[in-house]
Amino acid sequence: MTNRLADRFKALKVRGRTALIPFITAGDPEPRITVPLMHALAEAGADVIELGVPFSDPMADGPVIQKASERALAHHMSLAGVLAMVREFRTEDPHTPVVLMGYLNPVEAMGYDRFAAGAHEAGVDGVLTVDLPPEEGQELVTALRSRGIDPVFLLAPTSDAERIRRIVQLAGGFVYYVSLRGVTGAANFDLTEVAQKLRLIRAQTHLPVGVGFGISSPDAAAKVAGVADAVIVGSALVGRIAALASQPDRIATEAATFVAQLRAAMDSATASATGSTSGVRA
Amino acid sequence: MGYALPDEGGHFGRYGGRFVSETLMRPLLELQEIYERLRQDSAFQEEFSEDLRLYVGRPSPLYPAHRLTERFAGARIYLKREDLNHTGAHKINNTVGQALLAKRMGKTRVIAETGAGQHGVATATVAARLGLECVIYMGAEDIQRQAINVFRMKLLGAKVVPVTSGSRTLKDALNEAMRDWVTNIENTFYIIGTVAGPHPYPVMVRDFQAVIGKEVRYQIMEFEGRLPDALVACVGGGSNAMGLFYPFLDDPAVALFGVEAAGRGLATGRHAASLSAGRPGVLHGNRTYLMETDDGQIIETHSISAGLDYPGVGPEHAWLKDSGRARYVAVTDDEALEAFHLLTRIEGIMPALESSHAIAYSGRLARELGRDACIVVNLSGRGDKDVHTIAAREGITL
Repeated sequence: MTNRLADRFKALKVRGRTALIPFITAGDPEPRITVPLMHALAEAGADVIELGVPFSDPMADGPVIQKASERALAHHMSLAGVLAMVREFRTEDPHTPVVLMGYLNPVEAMGYDRFAAGAHEAGVDGVLTVDLPPEEGQELVTALRSRGIDPVFLLAPTSDAERIRRIVQLAGGFVYYVSLRGVTGAANFDLTEVAQKLRLIRAQTHLPVGVGFGISSPDAAAKVAGVADAVIVGSALVGRIAALASQPDRIATEAATFVAQLRAAMDSATASATGSTSGVRA
Repeated sequence: MGYALPDEGGHFGRYGGRFVSETLMRPLLELQEIYERLRQDSAFQEEFSEDLRLYVGRPSPLYPAHRLTERFAGARIYLKREDLNHTGAHKINNTVGQALLAKRMGKTRVIAETGAGQHGVATATVAARLGLECVIYMGAEDIQRQAINVFRMKLLGAKVVPVTSGSRTLKDALNEAMRDWVTNIENTFYIIGTVAGPHPYPVMVRDFQAVIGKEVRYQIMEFEGRLPDALVACVGGGSNAMGLFYPFLDDPAVALFGVEAAGRGLATGRHAASLSAGRPGVLHGNRTYLMETDDGQIIETHSISAGLDYPGVGPEHAWLKDSGRARYVAVTDDEALEAFHLLTRIEGIMPALESSHAIAYSGRLARELGRDACIVVNLSGRGDKDVHTIAAREGITL
């Protein structure tokens, strides 16, 4: 079975490039714009697309992504609906990896095996359930792996070496380092602390390490690109989508412009870093 | 004791556990470790008992309700008077315990969620007593409905933060409190008000509330010389019920009845009876019975009693239901209101609308069990807070 996530990260590594992973909530602000938006993000330089599955009680999210969930749920967006979107996206884009990010309960309601089968059939590459720590995750991980889907896990500033070891053993695709203590979209980001923690994580795994939560500008993305394998941008993008909620037809273009800015900033940062350290990261 | 749940990971069978983002795992594991230690620490337990005696006013009486017994013409009914506690409900037992824990952990700030405001008031109370900063999250909808409790919290020095996300009620207040906790974990202790949430909260709250059942065990001896045939308590999140039931779990002759809110009737879908009419899922850090749509979105619940208006329930109740050790039934808004008036008029005790659900069911049960039996009903709180709701319902402007 080919693995789009592994292939994509391998290709990026060869080129000395850091992955850019934009996050959008499926169905926000209305379902019809999501698939065209995914295509626009891919064209603008997204290496992986993280698609949020709306949930009524998004406990780990700040106000920006909560509201995105609410807008999507107002249109009765469901997990089955999200899978249908990925399936539609795949008919035109067989290459860009798609990772679903959401909460466990909609997956429980569908049933682990039915979900894993449906996600595989739709062309989903990875699944991150925010409220599923490794202690509770074995059953879902088994179901996902049996369908060739990577279980993506979070690591936090509070994860010690023992927890990191346990999580990377279970994880697939990449691991997602939550770069701050708090919810998505908060603003207390510390690059030195992040770099330190990434060294600790890399000592235990060869999986690519993505960094997210709190990266809001091209400048911040560029800085993180210098230390991480992937930069995940969520709230900053979703906030731009929210501002255009009443003019949904402008969303794809504006979002693409923002992603292109992030891409350019990251590439110039990694190019200069690679130049000066003769490809240490590659 | 034979009953030894939960397991190390906080599981009651398939229920419970710890379903939170990685950021909260270490703090929860630390809390569990400290709690396990203090659970065995006699100095801590003594301090807790002293606070319950001198500050809460325990033991609360077990009151033989003669006129209520006569009216129902069945089993003898005893009321466990948690309504006589300081702040007027069982909630204070738990906040006293968790505040002691917060103090031991060196935290300077406590936060809590609240629906009706009882847990918020109980938290603000212990925070005032210990000089801790206190922030209470409350749904904007509930702030409107419970203006008096909001003012009480403010008088006690707490900051009340309105929550405008989601359905603007208790479940959203809980989400918001969790977000605060994850952001301010260094100096903040989250005082959860019921036997739900991620492990170790369900155990911790149960243990702090178990004083209710422990007292009933010896108090009933004075009247009956034996254990009761049945215990009855209302169940929203389920903390007063768990506190009453827990010390009796190994006494199979004592039947346990949890009474949920059937709201406008189970058939209408406008209720809060997750055990009677929901199904298992994951919310607020634990696996339990939930009120949800087919695709796993949590739905808005309804009950005349704000304290029962919650779409989940403590995971230990889910386990007790599946194992058959406890039975869960549901009582409508109208039946609860009728019980409120009945107890007020014939015993001179005004019960909280939550507790009125338990009173209503005890009538049915008393007739079923007959005159040789005896029943203990948890009167979990007093009804003063509900007089506005009742007046409005009856078209009276106060």
